[in-house]
Amino acid sequence: MAEMRLFKKGAEAELYLTDWMGLRAILKRRIKKGYRNPDLDSYVRGTRTSNEAKLLSEARRLGVPTPVVYSVDKRNCEILMSYIDAQPLKRFVGGMDPEGLALTFSRVGEMVGRLHKGGIVHGDLTTSNIIPYSGLLYLIDFGLGEHTSDVESRGVDIHLMRRALESSHHEVSSAAYLSFIDGYTRVMGSLSEPVLKRVDAIRRRGRYVDVSHRKGE
Amino acid sequence: MNSVQYILGIESTAHTFGCGIASSEGRILSNIKSEYVPTSGGIHPREASQHHASKAAATISGALEEAGLRLSDIAAVAFSAGPGLGPCLRTGATVARTLSLVRKCPLVPVNHCIAHIEIGRLATGEDDPLVVYVSGGNTIISAYAGGKYRVFGETLDIALGNCLDTFARHLGLSHPGVPKLEQLADEGRRFIPLPYVVKGQDVSYSGLLTMASRLAGECDRSDLSLSLLEVAYGMVAEVAERAIAHTEKSALLLTGGVARSKRLQRALSFVCSDHSARFHVVPPDLAGDNGGMIAWTGYLALKEGLTVPVESSYVNPNWRLDEVEVPWRR
Repeated sequence: MAEMRLFKKGAEAELYLTDWMGLRAILKRRIKKGYRNPDLDSYVRGTRTSNEAKLLSEARRLGVPTPVVYSVDKRNCEILMSYIDAQPLKRFVGGMDPEGLALTFSRVGEMVGRLHKGGIVHGDLTTSNIIPYSGLLYLIDFGLGEHTSDVESRGVDIHLMRRALESSHHEVSSAAYLSFIDGYTRVMGSLSEPVLKRVDAIRRRGRYVDVSHRKGE
Repeated sequence: MNSVQYILGIESTAHTFGCGIASSEGRILSNIKSEYVPTSGGIHPREASQHHASKAAATISGALEEAGLRLSDIAAVAFSAGPGLGPCLRTGATVARTLSLVRKCPLVPVNHCIAHIEIGRLATGEDDPLVVYVSGGNTIISAYAGGKYRVFGETLDIALGNCLDTFARHLGLSHPGVPKLEQLADEGRRFIPLPYVVKGQDVSYSGLLTMASRLAGECDRSDLSLSLLEVAYGMVAEVAERAIAHTEKSALLLTGGVARSKRLQRALSFVCSDHSARFHVVPPDLAGDNGGMIAWTGYLALKEGLTVPVESSYVNPNWRLDEVEVPWRR
């Protein structure tokens, strides 16, 4: 095994910098969580690992740049993948001029549109999970993704992006979101209409909505 | 000018009608509540509002009496203006408007969710925590940034407390169901897989409730309760962990009615120790809906001049936490 250096400790996983066949690589290891029941914990980590490995490859086939998966170890909840040597989009948003911001987020919107059109939702769209590198925008962290063309799941995906913008980039969130929707609609065409309607409905939920009162909605 | 002010707060967003009195020094002098308990099923908004209307007078005089004050000592009246059930909110608002007119004092609308956060900050002394607010009506992960409480995660459908209460009723447990569910869970041995749904920093409980209710006839009640709580609390702990990693706050505050759960407290204190963050829980008597938290938040708003004329003192059943300016945090 090549030398490994702990590179980043996230909430869910540890990332190690290593190499694979002479290429720089990242080993992502989903770590055990003491706050979860052990059976539940191994189930959650196992399904997310295999899910992520599959979706990373499938997304690339849809024209969405992602790291290349070299190998998967389901038992240890590890994925070995290519290393993208750059900072996440989150770090650049604050320093962008209005044109740069509009261009970037409309490209993010197009990317998410391609994903949705291809039957995948990401499940965790944030500016931390998008990495600008050599003129492309790479999408990472597919552990919460799914194969689905449901309006609800697509709507949740967009809702997550919108909320991530509002909570982390509140100064520019409206402009960024509008550009995002522009790009998304360009790719999705008429398919975007029910999704955007659902985004507004999702936003209004979750507060004092009893299950029995929701049936008529 | 430096004399102590007393604020009276009215809470009536859901099943609780509460009246509390807070002083400008940050003391809760009294906190009386009356809870509507449905004879069967979940909360019925109209019946709850009728309960509130019938208990309002006694609750308010009780709160004044316990604080040793008279209405003429009150500097302002604060009320929960949302989010909540329309009929319940309107009953509380009507009472508050009346008091404000009779006393000729300012009327202060308060966002119920913000009151849960502010009372937690006051009671624990933690100035800038990541907030995990869990109750029958809300499941929100929030932190302050740039003039507002931002929402980092929330439920996509029903609230944590709603999920647990409904399941407890399904098992035939009487109100309040959550403590009984926790007792059952303590005897559980086998973990039964149930839908664990985390999307980004959001959670979803409707699938979990449906599946657990479906299995209620087939599985051992203790095992099922254990599994439901582990999944439900595990989801909250996970999104709280993501938010604490993302915001890099050095403390976590657990607030709202479900904050009383020892099992949830245990899960979140695990998260905090992994991230070297301080862990705080709102005291049990201030966890559920209460008028004291409205009174205290009303005082914070009053200081900033955030009063409203009676004729435009509308309630807003869908008033989002992240829409509200909180100038007292600047």
